[in-house]
Amino acid sequence: MTAIDTNLPQKVSVRGLNFFYGEVQALKNVSLPLFAKRVTSFIGPSGCGKSTLLRVLNRMYDLYPNQRAEGEVMLDGENILRPGQDLNLLRARVGMVFQRPTPFPMSIYDNIAFGVRLYERIGKSELDDRVEAALESAALWPEVKDNLKASGLSLSGGQQQRLCIARTVAIQPEIILLDEPCSALDPISTAKIEELIDELKENYTIAIVTHNMQQAARVSDYTAFMYIGELVEFGVTAQMFTSPTNKQTQNYITGRFG
Amino acid sequence: MTDHTVKAYDTELEGLGQKIAEMGGIAEKMLSDAMDALSDFDIKLAQSTINSDPRLDFLQREIEEQAILTIARRQPLAVDLREIIATIRISNDLERVGDLAKNIAKRAIRVAADVRIPRAIVGLKSMHDLAAILLKDVLDAYSQRDAERAREVWVYDADLDSLEDSVFRDLLTFMMEDPRNISFCAHLLFCSKNIERIGDHATNIAETVVYLVSGETMPTDRPKGRGLLSESPPVTG
Repeated sequence: MTAIDTNLPQKVSVRGLNFFYGEVQALKNVSLPLFAKRVTSFIGPSGCGKSTLLRVLNRMYDLYPNQRAEGEVMLDGENILRPGQDLNLLRARVGMVFQRPTPFPMSIYDNIAFGVRLYERIGKSELDDRVEAALESAALWPEVKDNLKASGLSLSGGQQQRLCIARTVAIQPEIILLDEPCSALDPISTAKIEELIDELKENYTIAIVTHNMQQAARVSDYTAFMYIGELVEFGVTAQMFTSPTNKQTQNYITGRFG
Repeated sequence: MTDHTVKAYDTELEGLGQKIAEMGGIAEKMLSDAMDALSDFDIKLAQSTINSDPRLDFLQREIEEQAILTIARRQPLAVDLREIIATIRISNDLERVGDLAKNIAKRAIRVAADVRIPRAIVGLKSMHDLAAILLKDVLDAYSQRDAERAREVWVYDADLDSLEDSVFRDLLTFMMEDPRNISFCAHLLFCSKNIERIGDHATNIAETVVYLVSGETMPTDRPKGRGLLSESPPVTG
């Protein structure tokens, strides 16, 4: 239960990753795996680099000048940091959901269809099916199926977040990155998202950044604790939250930091 | 260990630890008082031993309620979680130790009413002395978070089991010598079983301390003496 199963296939393996915001180094020689069809949570105090790491995994940082990464991030054996990497393709394979829900100012249907149309040319009825399937897998379909023309912005916060997850799932990615997906949600919506994560991991590799220790303990199979840009401990979640081996990890998760 | 950012959390955990210490003190005193009452045929001491048991029960309930509240309030993790689970387990063991000591005290009253062979109590006294050391050591191990010391208790409990064997043989001999000894010796037999069980609770606490300190659970098969009572009953006659 507590040992890392080294036979598990690694969907992603991060090796010796350094990351810089201009002169400031935000990640220092980080190496860790994301096991296929498992949930890995990233915890650590603000500024520890966990969101930065997530942004490297789909090269989100490329949108900003003066940000650069060194090292290797192998996705199915290919280094996604290499110069020739097709970023659009990468972001279709590695979907991301943010802290605050970010629905587009368009109908619920189009919120989901928009992304699909970007990557694929498919017919109306097939598109309908994709939208329905995505909303189903995000556990939102029963609530919106009679109202697909309503604006995405008319939904509640929790529904909006699930809409964003549906939008991500609709592209049929391989990895889903969740950056504090529940921090703006009430407990019921949070529970729905967590239930959703349990279901999604059957088909996807998931990485989640969260400030909620209990959430990390509940939803993830593996946990990485980061501190000031370094990976302090990586281990099986059950072990990390009952008997972490590192003193700093222990102090952080028990609320003794600083 | 450094303090929690939330001070009230530390206060709650300290409160639990103090209550365990108080329970430990009461349980230790009950055990030695019960033994003294038994060997000195001291009915008054036996009665006061019985009277201190409710306080132990009360503390155990308080610890349980406080621990549940802390879990609900703080969602403890890692060492804090183990800490709270440990207080719940240890308070249960100590409450049982109190019950067993109380039972010895009750029998001390019955035994004092019809004293037959005082030397039969000598073996019990040795059992008690060892059990008292185990209990003291394991409580010290808890308060000092000393897993090594706890492991020793875990091992030494086997000695208590073999002592129980020899007490059992002695008492059997006395009973066979003269049937009028039977009632007296039967009470002592139960007392020896009680002391042996107190040793078991000490090893339970030892296991809890090891878990608390290291996060590791002890193997399920702990060292066992060839306990006659715990294994097959001896065939005599």
